[in-house]
Amino acid sequence: MADRVLIETAEQAKQNQEYAQALADLLFQLADDDFILAYRGSEWLGLAPHIEEDVAFSSMSQDMMGHAVMFYEMLESLGLGKADDIAQLREAKDFRNAILVERKNGTGEYNDNPHYDWAYAIVRSYVYGLYKQVRLEALQQSTYVPLAQVSRKMMTEHRYHLMHWQVWLNQLANSTKDARQRLEAAIAKVWQDAGELSDLGPSKEQIVRFGLIAGEEILRQKWLAKTREIFQSAGLNWPGEPGTASERGRAGEHTADLEQAVATLSEVYRIDPAASW
Amino acid sequence: MQTRMEHSELTENEKMEAFLARIDRGEKIEADDWMPADYRNQLIKLISMHGISEIMGALPEKEWVPKAPTLRRKLAIMAKVQDEMGHGQLLLRVAEDLMAPLGKTREDLMQDLFTGRLKFHNVFHMEAPTWADAGVIGWLVDGAAIITQTMSLDTSYAPYARALHRICAEEKFHAQHGESIVLELAEGTEAQRQMLQESITRWWPSLLMFFGPPENGTITSNQSANMRYKIRSQTNEELRQAFLTKYVPRIFHLGFTLPDETIHFDEASGQWIYQQPDWEAFKLIVKGQGPRSAHRLSLRETSYEDTKWVRDAIMSFGRQAG
Repeated sequence: MADRVLIETAEQAKQNQEYAQALADLLFQLADDDFILAYRGSEWLGLAPHIEEDVAFSSMSQDMMGHAVMFYEMLESLGLGKADDIAQLREAKDFRNAILVERKNGTGEYNDNPHYDWAYAIVRSYVYGLYKQVRLEALQQSTYVPLAQVSRKMMTEHRYHLMHWQVWLNQLANSTKDARQRLEAAIAKVWQDAGELSDLGPSKEQIVRFGLIAGEEILRQKWLAKTREIFQSAGLNWPGEPGTASERGRAGEHTADLEQAVATLSEVYRIDPAASW
Repeated sequence: MQTRMEHSELTENEKMEAFLARIDRGEKIEADDWMPADYRNQLIKLISMHGISEIMGALPEKEWVPKAPTLRRKLAIMAKVQDEMGHGQLLLRVAEDLMAPLGKTREDLMQDLFTGRLKFHNVFHMEAPTWADAGVIGWLVDGAAIITQTMSLDTSYAPYARALHRICAEEKFHAQHGESIVLELAEGTEAQRQMLQESITRWWPSLLMFFGPPENGTITSNQSANMRYKIRSQTNEELRQAFLTKYVPRIFHLGFTLPDETIHFDEASGQWIYQQPDWEAFKLIVKGQGPRSAHRLSLRETSYEDTKWVRDAIMSFGRQAG
């Protein structure tokens, strides 16, 4: 742990170019994961199974969007441009989110004949949420102090999200046969992509060496152990080792789903990014 | 104070008299209190329409939630539309309590919405094609809603009054949220100002319609019942006049125009004189023939059908757990 020196501010981080680069690479993953999944959540608005859930889901998407904003602002403080520009003016290939979070909610568009899959929404949110919990815990030990601080803050909100998804998972797993089947299909679908969550991307070596976060294998094992325990308690079969998509989101390879998402979420801002909105 | 036992021995007429006396004394009616059937029915009609309008009202803004232009705006509009859904929830709960003795549930309300029996506000049948519409909805539509809801804060039905107190407090934030979007556009580039002007022009007739047709001296039986029962205290036209007084000067002050060259405040009568919107069109719109009525209803109906299995699953889980 020779490199484990605490960095207190963005200014200090910028003094070591290699450190700042590794930090930015990690922050893009954190920000883009939350941003894109919150965007997918926002597409569900008005379409959830009942009104109470609509309110709850929307509230969680806002929290997650809020987390993304905090990460983008950290990137801004590192001199990478305005947070709004970072979030909305990059092309899909510049995003570092995992493929799992960019997948569409179902068929159709959010405002044009959407047929969204609630089982997929639950499983994706929960599986991602469980990984995010492990990641936030690990970030609390980060050498970048501002990151350790925000992750503690996020953790308080995030715990409620996990409780919410746990209730859903448990209910659906133990209700009707139809629900159970839909849940299992959703797990299978999520599982095709979920393995990428713990990928720290092309600069993983530097990210870990600078003590920004624990190594992939540690994160992955903790997350899998926790997920296995949750599945077991809901009486669900363990789907085995999670797979990864053919694209590697952490390296900037994405599906058409992300291109569509980025085009939509930046549509108004791109009319005139220099204007005030 | 009468006890429940004594009350049950009264004739219907005596109960009615006692009820009206309570209304006249300015007392508030609670869900479990005795109430005449037409009072209950008026409330169900009013509150379920209000509640469902909040829910359908989330849909035009929903179109802009994923597209909001900055991170701050994204967070703000998500919160705003979530509040509207929350208002819908709060109001449907109030309506559900009123419907319970009639054996009706929320499911019935949703079905009434899909079959067109339950109407929602005219404004939510309209198109919202630009980001400026998200601003105008928050500023002027919510502004109009605040005016009608503030009138109802003193409604004789206590559960509705309590819901409205909470709703009005939040609506004020919404109007500020809308105003903030509008001001940003108003102070922005030529293209932004034009986008806003087009939106104001587009929404104007709908905003006039929002308060319902003018009475012209003839109050409908519905309105007079509502006023007798102190469910509401002002007429459509009084509310519209209050809206015009509040917003027309602001719109002009920002340098925007209205699609009505005749509009002015007549000092002598103390009234705004304005061009009437097409009230025949209004009837068709609330019947579900507005430009976006079918689209928004189908959005809600499709999602409701697509998630039926979820509600079935929750019921089944509840039965097992219970």
